[in-house]
Amino acid sequence: MFEALGNRLQGVFDRLRGRGALSEDDVNDALREVRIALLEADVALPVVKDITAKVRERAVGQEVIRSIQPGQQVVKIVHDALVEALGGNDEGPRGLDLNAPAPVPILMVGLQGSGKTTTSGKIALRLRGKERKKVLLASLDVHRPAAQLQLEQLAKRAEVASLPIVAGQTPLQIAERAMDQARRELFDVVVLDTAGRLAIDEALMAEVAAVKAAVKPHETLLVVDAMTGQDAVNTARAFNEKVGVSGIVMTRVDGDARGGAALSMRAVTGAPIKLLGAGEKLDALEEFHPDRIAGRILGMGDIVSLVERA
Amino acid sequence: SRSTAKLTDSITGVFTKRKLDDAALEELEETLIAADLGVKASGRVVEGFRRTRFGREATDAEIKGALADEIAAILGPVAKPLVIDRALKPHVVLVVGVNGTGKTTTIAKLAEQYRADGMKVIMCAGDTFRAAAVEQLQVWGSRTGAEVVAPAKDGADAAGLAFDALSRARDVGADVLLVDTAGRLHNKTALMEELRKIVRVMKRQDAAVPHSVLLVLDATTGQNAVSQLRVFSEMVEVSGLVVTKLDGSAKGGVVVALAEEFGTPIHAVGVGETAADLRPFEARHFARALVGLE
Ligand SMILES: Nc1nc2c(ncn2[C@@H]2O[C@H](COP(=O)(O)OP(=O)(O)OP(=O)(O)O)[C@@H](O)[C@H]2O)c(=O)[nH]1
Ligand SMILES: Nc1nc2c(ncn2[C@@H]2O[C@H](COP(=O)(O)OP(=O)(O)OP(=O)(O)O)[C@@H](O)[C@H]2O)c(=O)[nH]1
Ligand SMILES: [Mg+2]
Ligand SMILES: [Mg+2]
Repeated sequence: MFEALGNRLQGVFDRLRGRGALSEDDVNDALREVRIALLEADVALPVVKDITAKVRERAVGQEVIRSIQPGQQVVKIVHDALVEALGGNDEGPRGLDLNAPAPVPILMVGLQGSGKTTTSGKIALRLRGKERKKVLLASLDVHRPAAQLQLEQLAKRAEVASLPIVAGQTPLQIAERAMDQARRELFDVVVLDTAGRLAIDEALMAEVAAVKAAVKPHETLLVVDAMTGQDAVNTARAFNEKVGVSGIVMTRVDGDARGGAALSMRAVTGAPIKLLGAGEKLDALEEFHPDRIAGRILGMGDIVSLVERA
Repeated sequence: SRSTAKLTDSITGVFTKRKLDDAALEELEETLIAADLGVKASGRVVEGFRRTRFGREATDAEIKGALADEIAAILGPVAKPLVIDRALKPHVVLVVGVNGTGKTTTIAKLAEQYRADGMKVIMCAGDTFRAAAVEQLQVWGSRTGAEVVAPAKDGADAAGLAFDALSRARDVGADVLLVDTAGRLHNKTALMEELRKIVRVMKRQDAAVPHSVLLVLDATTGQNAVSQLRVFSEMVEVSGLVVTKLDGSAKGGVVVALAEEFGTPIHAVGVGETAADLRPFEARHFARALVGLE
């Protein structure tokens, strides 16, 4: 169903082989295909408009490199624009920022079912292993049936501590108890998992904002599903405005969704995409590489390296 | 919601006392794209609009109403409730989908509804994989009063459990057996094979089961829903859809594309996290919400 942008553009430029520079008409035809490709990849419409405007600017008047197809040349321009919009390739360290006095609180937020609890377990496993941190997992989810038990079981699998479950406490009380215990027992990091909530749920958004104000997390991670559609912009905007987001984790990149939501989320919040969830198991946590996600959004193989070599 | 407000603004801005010209139709198309209909379905709907109304003057409300009618005409044929056949004892409903869409919660909602209709309901905790998935369904069992068949230990074989649950449901004369399954991505061959195994093993007892296979779709999902429905249908013959999380700002417009491409019935929508939050899928209502009318 989805056609790689390269193939789409091939048709547009077939008639153009052998000419000198890309004219405005050539570029307009190409941009129509770019727009469709981005929308099919679930990039939000306003973000698509920004990107096509940028591409137009850069593509008009470009000399056609003789050894490659003009289609590939435009793909390269689009690809570069996406990489840039995703934070660029040389932005420095992209992982979690733990540079704060211990215990460092990390707050996990997002819509229902996006993967917050699983990602909490993954982060705990990574910090305990690679970074030799003493991690405490605490579930503030008093909402979903067996949510606290779910995190407790994940903590066991990750071989990290979890905050004892006490029935009847509010999320704020649980957060404070977690920080108390972490200070007393000299934990390095406390991951605070929260219940899923809709961005338009004023009461629940206020609840998590109150937790944030009390705990002052060093990282507030918005966990989003790679399959998210156009609503990504609304979700990202609401969480960023009402809670404040320091980084994004995109889950389910092990699926076949193009993942255009990454662009939408980044554009709206300005927050970096810090990690990717690539499976249900606790070790399925990956670094984010803008060029890989850009290529995935465009559904293309090695066109970029092809152009680079030309 | 925010997106509704934006949508209304854009239509008001463009259409109040204005002719339906190319620019106006383009705005309309963008409205549909922003509701996740996808480029193709949005284009088709707007083309239909162009044929019948191009050049006319119309008010904001007329436009939105007519656009909703156009979409409701596509969705009407797929708006079909899930009818439980009480003669089957049990009517077996297998619930499938990618991770986190709301399968387990939807099962609880169905159980609640069927129990209220006076049926005997059994739920099978067939997600033996995810942490605390069994316990999650057990909580729903005690809230809805439906019996839960659960595995004796972690990581038990889901197919074997479904087989046992079917025996149990037949023994006690249950009206409905709701089988929960672990979330799985449709592109994972091994996991999809495991799902087929659940079906195969249950069929050893009764070749007619499962009588219904529900694919649960999350309304926030974009164009990937097309690939989800295609693959799940190929693997386990999906008989109907439930669209969850429609209480949020996402409109779930991709189901318009699904209706055009597959014609799979849409049974119900989820509008919240409690057992009472399930509604019949109603084409006109859904279409009007999609264009920001309600
Ligand atoms: N395939 C895949 N599944 C994932 C990934 N991350 C999480 N999941 C699955 O997604 C489902 C939901 O994950 P949870 O961690 O429970 O999501 P949540 O955001 O905590 O959900 P709520 O607390 O109900 O809002 C589970 O089935 C997880 O196994 C991922 O990166 N890939
Ligand atoms: N707002 C809202 N939340 C819902 C709805 N349906 C389910 N949820 C929430 O979505 C999250 C995931 O629901 P589950 O029922 O656990 O989803 P699942 O498909 O069984 O997940 P896995 O078994 O992990 O694949 C939970 O937090 C539910 O409360 C709905 O209609 N509206
Ligand atoms: Mg959770
Ligand atoms: Mg489940």
